[in-house]
Amino acid sequence: MEEKIVFCKGGGCTAKLGAGILQRVLDRLPRGPLDRDLLVGFDSKDDAAVYRVTDDIAIVQTLDFFPPMVDDPYTFGRIAAANALSDVYAMGGEVKTALNIVCFPEKMDLNVLGEIMRGGSEKVIEAGGTLAGGHSIADSDVKYGLSVTGIVHPDRIYHNNGGRAGDKLILTKPLGVGIVCTAARVGEASREALDAAVASMTTLNKYAAACCRRYDVHACTDVTGFSFLGHLHEMMDGRLSCHIHAPSVPVIPQALEYADEFLLTAAAQRNRNHTGPFVRFDGVPFAMEEVLFDPQTSGGLLVALGAAEAEDLLAELRSAGAAAAVVGEILERQEPEILVTTD
Amino acid sequence: MIQVNAMGDACPIPVVKTKNAVKELGAAGGVVETLVDNEISVQNLTKMANQKGYGVKSEKLGENQFKVTMTVGAGAAPIPENEPTECIVPAGREKNVVVAVGSDQMGAGAEKLGKTLLKGFLYALGQQDVLPKTILFYNGGASVTCEGSASLEDLKSLEAQGVEIMTCGTCLDFYGLTGQLRVGEVTNMYAIAEKLTGADLVVKP
Repeated sequence: MEEKIVFCKGGGCTAKLGAGILQRVLDRLPRGPLDRDLLVGFDSKDDAAVYRVTDDIAIVQTLDFFPPMVDDPYTFGRIAAANALSDVYAMGGEVKTALNIVCFPEKMDLNVLGEIMRGGSEKVIEAGGTLAGGHSIADSDVKYGLSVTGIVHPDRIYHNNGGRAGDKLILTKPLGVGIVCTAARVGEASREALDAAVASMTTLNKYAAACCRRYDVHACTDVTGFSFLGHLHEMMDGRLSCHIHAPSVPVIPQALEYADEFLLTAAAQRNRNHTGPFVRFDGVPFAMEEVLFDPQTSGGLLVALGAAEAEDLLAELRSAGAAAAVVGEILERQEPEILVTTD
Repeated sequence: MIQVNAMGDACPIPVVKTKNAVKELGAAGGVVETLVDNEISVQNLTKMANQKGYGVKSEKLGENQFKVTMTVGAGAAPIPENEPTECIVPAGREKNVVVAVGSDQMGAGAEKLGKTLLKGFLYALGQQDVLPKTILFYNGGASVTCEGSASLEDLKSLEAQGVEIMTCGTCLDFYGLTGQLRVGEVTNMYAIAEKLTGADLVVKP
């Protein structure tokens, strides 16, 4: 192990504010006049803002930053960047430029910052984008992320709420990275579990998104801080319901063990408080419930598309190396909104 | 009894510390008291106790101070399910009852009777063992929380017992009652929709 870096206090998307309290603040913000070219903004709960510049080009804007969730600064940089870039892919766009967002204590070794930014820079290059600048401030704790700009054709935006009854739901990365990082923080995660989580978090959603482009995707979002069920709830948009088959959901296996050891995050409980009322679990073990509420840092894409195309997309995702699976299907609006069963 | 101080600790540390304390109790079982500084930690500890079959209760000692008490049975014998447990900060277990008042009268009929009935209802509501979490006032109901309402005292007493009293701001505007609200807070349709859809039970008098 390298020298111990003491900047990890439980970061990544576990550091996110709960959806409930955030909504209360957003509801009270003054609104300016409506701009018709703002295709996706505050009013939708989508992953990024989209602004139409011409009939053929819209810009996709997003930013994401958070405290470290792993001890190695280079790995943290790669994860934070992959997570920030992901929102562009979730909107169906391609990455063009990125700006660094840095909070760093003055008294900390600058080499640490160098390693974080090296990791971030590598991911931006892998995404096909250019790092174009940034902003840094002195702060008591380390935080890092990116502001990312991409482009998308205005007619080919992936909304998170475009699903239709009968659609299959595909998830492209395993769940449980939040629990595994939390277990690692108290020294209870195995090397294999942490390696699996890091491999998943540093994988760009670029490759999964490229597969999706060849299909008629109805809805897409990336699974991050609000958990699989939280983002699924947003996807249902108050007009659809769905049936999730728990055994089909890809999970880092050790995450279930750690959940049974109650290595639980505050963010997962906030997610449960917010989304729990919309979910009915039918015989699902406690550990799996926790994994489904687990905040994901740089999680996979959650995609809805017609049943006829689902198997083909799944095969393509798998041959691209994604641990993807069909996890359920969308139904007409009914109670409960989200049914999770063990079949 | 073992006391665990997890004040200032972020999840999962309070649970980890409490688990270690339970281990220390050994086969004889006993009681572990954990102090935490936030409600989410209380909920996570309660979740663990419920999964493990321990008795659990929690209380709020003060601003940002909570005590969770777990009773661990002797040996491997789980606590019976009907063990009386008092959970002041429920992990989504207590029913979320929302009362929606859409008129200044209860039921349809003579206006004078309707108003008397609503006043009686709001008084009786405060005498129930289980209080609603929220009372929403909208449309004709908006006047009930305003100057001149016969129910102000009862509503203030409900509010003092922790019941959320919310009145629709658009309705106050419409009836010219803005500035005359005397109990609870002004709210908007987002919050009203959220309260109604998030409720386990909606009561419309």
